[in-house]
Amino acid sequence: MTTAELVEAPPVPVAPPSFFTRLRRSPVLSSRQALVGLGILLLFVLTGIFGPIALPHDASLKVGPVFQSPSLAHPLGTDGGGADMLYLLIDGASVSLLVGFAAAAVSAVIGGLVGLLAGFFGGRTDIALMRLTDYFLVIPDIPLMIVVAALFGRSLTNIILIIGAIYWTSTARLIRAQTKTVRERVYVRRARALGAGNTRLIVRHVLPQVTPLLIANTVLLIAYAIFAETFITFLGLGDPSKISWGRLIENAFQDDAILNNAWWAIVPPGLAVTVVVLACTMTGQAMEDAMNPRLRAGHLSVRRFRLRRWPPGSP
Amino acid sequence: MTGLDYVVKRVFFAVATVLVAITLNFILFRAAPGDAVSALRCRQCTAQFKEYERKQLGLDKSKWEQYWLYLQDLAHGNLGSSLRTEKPVTTELWAPIENTLPMIALGTFFSIVLGIVAGVISAWRRGTAVDKAGLWTSLGFYSMPPQWLGLIAVLFVAGALGLPTSGIKDPTLGILSNPSTWTVIVDRLKHMVLPALTIGLVLYGEYALIVRSAMLETLGEDYILTARAKGLSNWSTVWRHGLRNALLPVITLVALSLGLIIGGFITIEYVFSYPGIGLAVVEAIDQRDYPVLQGAFLLLTLSVIFFNLVADLLYFKLDPRVTE
Repeated sequence: MTTAELVEAPPVPVAPPSFFTRLRRSPVLSSRQALVGLGILLLFVLTGIFGPIALPHDASLKVGPVFQSPSLAHPLGTDGGGADMLYLLIDGASVSLLVGFAAAAVSAVIGGLVGLLAGFFGGRTDIALMRLTDYFLVIPDIPLMIVVAALFGRSLTNIILIIGAIYWTSTARLIRAQTKTVRERVYVRRARALGAGNTRLIVRHVLPQVTPLLIANTVLLIAYAIFAETFITFLGLGDPSKISWGRLIENAFQDDAILNNAWWAIVPPGLAVTVVVLACTMTGQAMEDAMNPRLRAGHLSVRRFRLRRWPPGSP
Repeated sequence: MTGLDYVVKRVFFAVATVLVAITLNFILFRAAPGDAVSALRCRQCTAQFKEYERKQLGLDKSKWEQYWLYLQDLAHGNLGSSLRTEKPVTTELWAPIENTLPMIALGTFFSIVLGIVAGVISAWRRGTAVDKAGLWTSLGFYSMPPQWLGLIAVLFVAGALGLPTSGIKDPTLGILSNPSTWTVIVDRLKHMVLPALTIGLVLYGEYALIVRSAMLETLGEDYILTARAKGLSNWSTVWRHGLRNALLPVITLVALSLGLIIGGFITIEYVFSYPGIGLAVVEAIDQRDYPVLQGAFLLLTLSVIFFNLVADLLYFKLDPRVTE
């Protein structure tokens, strides 16, 4: 009898289900709230992608008198430059959503990387990276963004990078916590014992388990980013050549839409931001709850209110 | 970990964060393309003047020397001088701070009152349509860009209530007659109401949720049952027995929010042309007055760090279990 036969074969750990399997089984697809949010988001994304192409002419083209009230030809009236508000709104959707998605992606990459490294390696790496995160968590993000935007110029790329480089902190903490639990799971330990290197462990075993949560968090980040863009742009720090929803709010303010009582130039862009932010929150929160049931804390929880951070040091 | 350990740790963290913030403030403004002087926009800014200003600011020295000078200046409470008015930044920022503080206090007051009322009603009618509608309303307000909410307030509320929509005082006040103190105070308050209300609406959702969950917990306690058994009215049970105990978590949240408001009130002050610190930031950006911008940013950051520390310590005082 050889030694190999004496050693009892370890039970083969069942590979964790893939992301899509889990998504199909998860309550996300059955949760009405997430579906509604996802539907709204999809509608806006389609508008952002195909709307500008479908427009018959440049959105900022003067088509009528300044601040004309809504009519059949211009269902949302015209703005302070005599351009059609509906066209501007459609054009703005593409820029606002681009900033939202791109900045959220930047945050996800930075936050995901920091969280993964800190959680996986632990020890000094963990302490150093989390200290860094803690400092960034405390520095007020909106003023920081404004200052950086004022110093580094007004292109769309800059704005995306600035927002992305500032909002990664909450992601890093969340991903770190998740990585720490995954690292200790049996199949990861077994892979390590079988000689898998760190890179392989992270890429093949930890990352797939962390990705769903990262995606859910990114959906939430889209809301933060769209929100932040309106701040930066409102202070005159937006890209001067691009029309976003933030820019439309700024224009309405600068062109004295209020003195002209032109509610149609003020209400729609802000409402669009609000609806998209709500949709992102609904979707992201429902996804996060589904991926990580332990985080779930009821129908409407404090965590829903996370555009600004609460409580201190929470993930 | 003992209580003292916790306090020391939090204070140490706050001090370290201050150092990081100070350094970040230095690096950001030095790493920007061009320097403070080259970006300056003014009429009298000739090349000669700019060279002189550079020397004045020490921009011709090495980075390390500059950093050391910067730290020394800070230690003396010197934030430099405004490039526009040549006055010290601290003097430039003093009046805006004085204007901002009462407005923020009023805004916080509005949000607390709204939050408590909404939270208590939600908890009392938990699970009903009233509860859900209340929570979704607060979430809705929370998702609105504050500057836009300000514009909406000007558009739809100001006219109806006859409130002024810009500035901090009536420019005609005191020209013809000497107004009484009371008139001046009322005038100031009137100018504060709309921006404060905007802050209140944006923020009350957080308080509402905290009060709601704290109330739900409290309403399940035995002494509430006792109060009911004694035959006390609903009103008395909820407000006198329930709310009083549910308010503890709100106190820490207030300290935290004071720091968080800062993000929102820059744009709110801009909308209402309210001459506070937010408007000072906007003007400094507009005129590329870097020393003022740098000073304001440092001030905002330090106040956030301070209020975070206060929140941490208050939280510990109210609930010593946090050290575990």
